[in-house]
Amino acid sequence: MSAQAVHHTAMTLNDQLPALQILVTFIAAPLVVMFGSLRLAWPIAFAASAISFVIAVMLLSQVIDGSIISYHMGGWAPPLGIEYRVDAANAFVLVLVTAISTLVLPYARVSIAAEVPEKHHALFYTAFLLCLTGLLGVTITGDAFNVFVFLEISSLSTYVLIAQGANRDRRALTASYDYLIMGTIGATFFVIGLGFLYMATGTLNMADIADRIADQGANRTVRMAFAFIVVGIGLKVAMYPLHLWLPNAYTFAPSAITAFLAATATKVAIYVLLRFMFSVFQPSFLFEFYTLDFIILPFAIIAMFLSSFVAIFQTDFKRMLAYSSIAQIGYILLGISLLTETGLTAAIVHLFNHGITKAALFMAVGAYVLRAKGSFYDEIEGLGRRMPWTSAAVVVGGLSLIGVPGTAGFVSKWVLVQGALEKGWWPVALLIVASSLLAVIYVWRVVEVLYMKPTPADSDVREAPMSMLIPIWIAALACIWFGFNAEMTLSAAQAAALSLLVGSAGMMN
Amino acid sequence: MRHHLILRVITKLLVGPIMLFALYVQFHGDYSPGGGFQAGVIMAVAFIIYGIVFSLDHVQRVLPPWLVHKLSALGVLIYAGTGLVSMFTGYAFLDYTALSPDHPVHGQHYGILLVELGVGVTVTGVMVTIYYAFTSRTPIMSDEAW
Repeated sequence: MSAQAVHHTAMTLNDQLPALQILVTFIAAPLVVMFGSLRLAWPIAFAASAISFVIAVMLLSQVIDGSIISYHMGGWAPPLGIEYRVDAANAFVLVLVTAISTLVLPYARVSIAAEVPEKHHALFYTAFLLCLTGLLGVTITGDAFNVFVFLEISSLSTYVLIAQGANRDRRALTASYDYLIMGTIGATFFVIGLGFLYMATGTLNMADIADRIADQGANRTVRMAFAFIVVGIGLKVAMYPLHLWLPNAYTFAPSAITAFLAATATKVAIYVLLRFMFSVFQPSFLFEFYTLDFIILPFAIIAMFLSSFVAIFQTDFKRMLAYSSIAQIGYILLGISLLTETGLTAAIVHLFNHGITKAALFMAVGAYVLRAKGSFYDEIEGLGRRMPWTSAAVVVGGLSLIGVPGTAGFVSKWVLVQGALEKGWWPVALLIVASSLLAVIYVWRVVEVLYMKPTPADSDVREAPMSMLIPIWIAALACIWFGFNAEMTLSAAQAAALSLLVGSAGMMN
Repeated sequence: MRHHLILRVITKLLVGPIMLFALYVQFHGDYSPGGGFQAGVIMAVAFIIYGIVFSLDHVQRVLPPWLVHKLSALGVLIYAGTGLVSMFTGYAFLDYTALSPDHPVHGQHYGILLVELGVGVTVTGVMVTIYYAFTSRTPIMSDEAW
């Protein structure tokens, strides 16, 4: 749109969808504060999240055929203005993030009421909405600096949300502080990388940067930018040696927040990594420097084994799942480092499958925290009989975590093994299977605690309320559904992988 | 601070001009250096100085904590609301042309004034909130305030 108002054609609601995707939750956040009512906070948050989900599905349905939607903020055309750019890859992530938040919010109502003091509730839901806005913004924007801004919005509100666990365990404060330090270092590295990119190209629009890098080829500035961006986002992803903030943050955050963050925050960070690796720096750049073979691949494999190994020896269910998350991120990074269509498909589909699996498991942990007042193994002994539905969901989620056929986890690991074999990396394929055996051990420990140990005689634990059980089971059934109907997720992931591997088509597209 | 006569008198003299200067920086920001961020901080300084010299109780009688929270949110709503107005009139989010379609340049002017007003209100709110949070470590909002 130009400044010539006379010939202006009005934009329809459909044209405004990319902006509305972040605006609904963004405006709902201050509204919660303005109304300031305990009773209104949750309904506003849930309504905003549900509307965002509908918008995300509408956007995905428009771009699933490979087309691209470009929205110009403030009417300023890119590369000068901020562009929102929706394609198959980020529409897929938008749907995942909004679906998980819409699933977690009904669950959060009871769980948060039990874990967070009442006077914080309104601000809690404000922070939740801001976090969601940040994650959506990071995903949808086509402007590199805008990514940083939204990353900060989501990170800052995440620190607040994690610190809200302090009512249950004061260590939430130090966990949140650790994450604040690490997250800030990550964001700083990221923005330094952007600075180098801006120095080399003089633009901040991702597609425009891609064009200009392609024109000038790789030089030291561009390589430095790549290194800083990978390390910066690596901290947010919890890529293996940069993962130290994650176990404490996940363990001490309120249960609903852990479920939300585990299923969305690291996944969005992985999306940013993918976007920068493939759309900004182009696949040919990656092939040239073997970064993936020599840095990301070994660390991914170390993460798969070491974190699974640490998970086996945990005595807290929630902490065990946190370590398992680091291992699962290893699988995703392994898929990316294969640099083939199959490998990338595996990474993207695992991003989704692991998201729903961990959402189910962490929500189940929240149910134990609500009823048994803790998630240590000695506190949940024998609860398989007292909380049959929650525990059955744990079993389903656990099977999906291992990758048993018929669950979502199997689909992604199968594609991942295929990808490794395609490249002739059969030792890697064997390592994937071997590390899954470690998952069998840590999942079995939980199942043993839940079902084989006797229930303490004085236990008065009851089954979790319906408002928690239904979201848990929707996630658990999704693990099974996407295990049998892999066609839908696989084809969407494949479309996203293809669009990433082609690299950016530049500004014209 | 009861015995610091000079400090108290000078503060009383200064608070008004500081606020006035904040408004000048706010609304002249599109012609001279300034804008919402700077104006918001200067406006907050007026309250913070008053709080330091007199007491937290005195300043909170003028600007109670609940009001500060609402101010922080109100500014964001003004900003986003400006964008919504452009959306409802069929332009892109925050396209200021929508505010005066016949004179796009005027539209830009109105738009930036409104948006900067939102920024100023929020920055004032947030700066004062930070000051309140540091000076009063015990929770000062009653449960009923929400």
